[in-house]
Amino acid sequence: MEVRRGIAVAPGVAIGPALVLGSEDFRIPQRFVRVDAIDIELARFRAALEAAVAEIAGHEELAAARLGQQYGAIFAAHRQLAQDPKLVKDIEDLIRQKCYSPEFASSRVLRKYAKTLQNLGDRYFAERANDLFDLEKRILRHLLGERREELTQLTVPVVVLAHNLTPSETANLDKKFVLGFATEVGGKSSHTAILAGALELPAVVGVGSFLADVSGGESVIIDGNEGTVIIDPDEETLGSYRDAERRMRSAAVKLTSLGPLRSETKDGVPIHIYGNIEFPDEVDHCVERGAEGIGLYRTEFLYLESDAEPTEDVQLGAYVRVLKAFPSGPVVIRTLDLGAEKFPQSMQEVIEATPNPALGLRSMRLTLHNIPMFKTQLRAILRAATVGDVRIMFPLVSTLLELRQAKMILGDVVEDLEEHKVAFNAKVKVGMMVEVPSAALMADEFAREVDFFSIGTNDLIQYTLGVDRANPAVANLYSSADPSVLRLIEGVIKASEKYNLPVSVCGQMSSDPIYTPLLVGMGLRELSVTPQAILEVKQAVRNLTVAQSREILDRARSLDVARDVENYLRGEMKKSSPDVV
Amino acid sequence: MNPIPTCTREVVVKLENGLHLGPSSQIVQLAQKFNSELSIRKGDRTVDGKSMLDLLTLAAEHGTVLKLEAHGTDAAAALEAISALFERNFASDQPSDGPA
Repeated sequence: MEVRRGIAVAPGVAIGPALVLGSEDFRIPQRFVRVDAIDIELARFRAALEAAVAEIAGHEELAAARLGQQYGAIFAAHRQLAQDPKLVKDIEDLIRQKCYSPEFASSRVLRKYAKTLQNLGDRYFAERANDLFDLEKRILRHLLGERREELTQLTVPVVVLAHNLTPSETANLDKKFVLGFATEVGGKSSHTAILAGALELPAVVGVGSFLADVSGGESVIIDGNEGTVIIDPDEETLGSYRDAERRMRSAAVKLTSLGPLRSETKDGVPIHIYGNIEFPDEVDHCVERGAEGIGLYRTEFLYLESDAEPTEDVQLGAYVRVLKAFPSGPVVIRTLDLGAEKFPQSMQEVIEATPNPALGLRSMRLTLHNIPMFKTQLRAILRAATVGDVRIMFPLVSTLLELRQAKMILGDVVEDLEEHKVAFNAKVKVGMMVEVPSAALMADEFAREVDFFSIGTNDLIQYTLGVDRANPAVANLYSSADPSVLRLIEGVIKASEKYNLPVSVCGQMSSDPIYTPLLVGMGLRELSVTPQAILEVKQAVRNLTVAQSREILDRARSLDVARDVENYLRGEMKKSSPDVV
Repeated sequence: MNPIPTCTREVVVKLENGLHLGPSSQIVQLAQKFNSELSIRKGDRTVDGKSMLDLLTLAAEHGTVLKLEAHGTDAAAALEAISALFERNFASDQPSDGPA
């Protein structure tokens, strides 16, 4: 039995046989080929190279169109590397003269050049070795055929163990067969983690390297509550997990009875609970558990599903599906919040190679670079607004100018729809996420120009504490309970009160019931939470009076480090609702 | 018969990061449009100006003096185009056109 610790990102326990998806290293199956097969092998190499070049050319076009010329140029350079006559000749010579297999020859030659670069003594040139490793991977992938077919051809339930899963791989996991997953890399708020939550699949990420110890097929437990992966558990452990599974199921059944009950404090103050969703199908969970609407509909999935941009009608269909589930409640659609994950895996590495991707071209900033794409989405939202109470929310706004620019584009879209006599509703409320400290600090000014705020704690914490939320090495610094974060949140709530502006919290913080008293104490009356957390948060609300929540806030304010705040809140929670774990 | 011309010229790398991926790619793109062979020399090492790998492994850092040598029927034009690239410090305002 072997126990590994990682970061718990989606609760629940999964027990099943391991399916291992290897890391990105390719195993070269054979080093030499027969003399009489040389021509065939040369042809195989050329075909693979051609396919690799075509793939890079595709990325070049996509990057130039969506990100700008300078990103396209990176791929143009990669393409030229792949087409370098010297490189091609070196590889073909090894195949022809030494009977090397195309895989072995490509790897040898590219690694030789990479080594030369690494030995040059100049940091910048040494880093270029990565571009050659990238090319090696790409050519090998084409020579060896696409991997990861395993995931699409499952016939028995498994627990997936991988070095990394991309958001699109995660989104496409077949819930019928995949019980849960664990990855070596990744952090608490990575897109993959959020998707795991949305799919309600137990998941642990950031385990560190552990795949070498697993060959596949052995029994594995993924504990998405504790953040552990247990390989080859002994009978006793297995038994206790099976018991825990049973207990959790009965606790879940008990919580279910809360579904139809009102979400209000003991002293009768209503606290509105909305759901955060990623896929339209998740509305069913929200309705079932008694959410009053959707406080955050993340629309990235529409764009991640395929390489092609979703058409206006495809988007309209998805939005209407959500609205029909909540004919009276609000549905807040967050406009595109994409970073590099929008691009195919092999492009992401290059885009993310910019020194500070979190501070770079992402979210609203990326959207404002892609005005046609933005307008398509706004048109779809305005058209959907004829069906129900849709609201538009802009993500990652850092300055007033950005907000004004986004609103101006929205104005253009309204005019355009009017001109073309398309049925739509122009009276849509427009709000913004407060998730950059600059926006939190300027909340008063922003409050005069929007209809509502939603505090996105995931990014707010990352930017306030300066912690890369996807980096396991610093993930322990990332905390919702940090006094600096709490102070910013309280400031935004105060500004909202002053301008009589609705405000909610939609980050992962609001889904953790230990924070419910604190947020209610600050004056928050709207929470938007992940569907799994709706009932737990409702229970926390129903166990509370407003006076108690203010006392808890006062006490928490007197503590000056995150750990103490967190421990205090956890203790309070145990006192008030002992049956919530 | 005129002998096949050879032209040479010296240029200085003014790029902050040296002759890195993007600029190397621009040189190769441009050089491939000419018939002439292009060799680039740094100290005692000479590389093929039409090979990205060669240019990268040359590791021409900021301030390096490079000797360009073009050999072929369009040598003069090739050299003119490539040195212009160095002169405008690889700014991409101008499309990298082939021979006029």
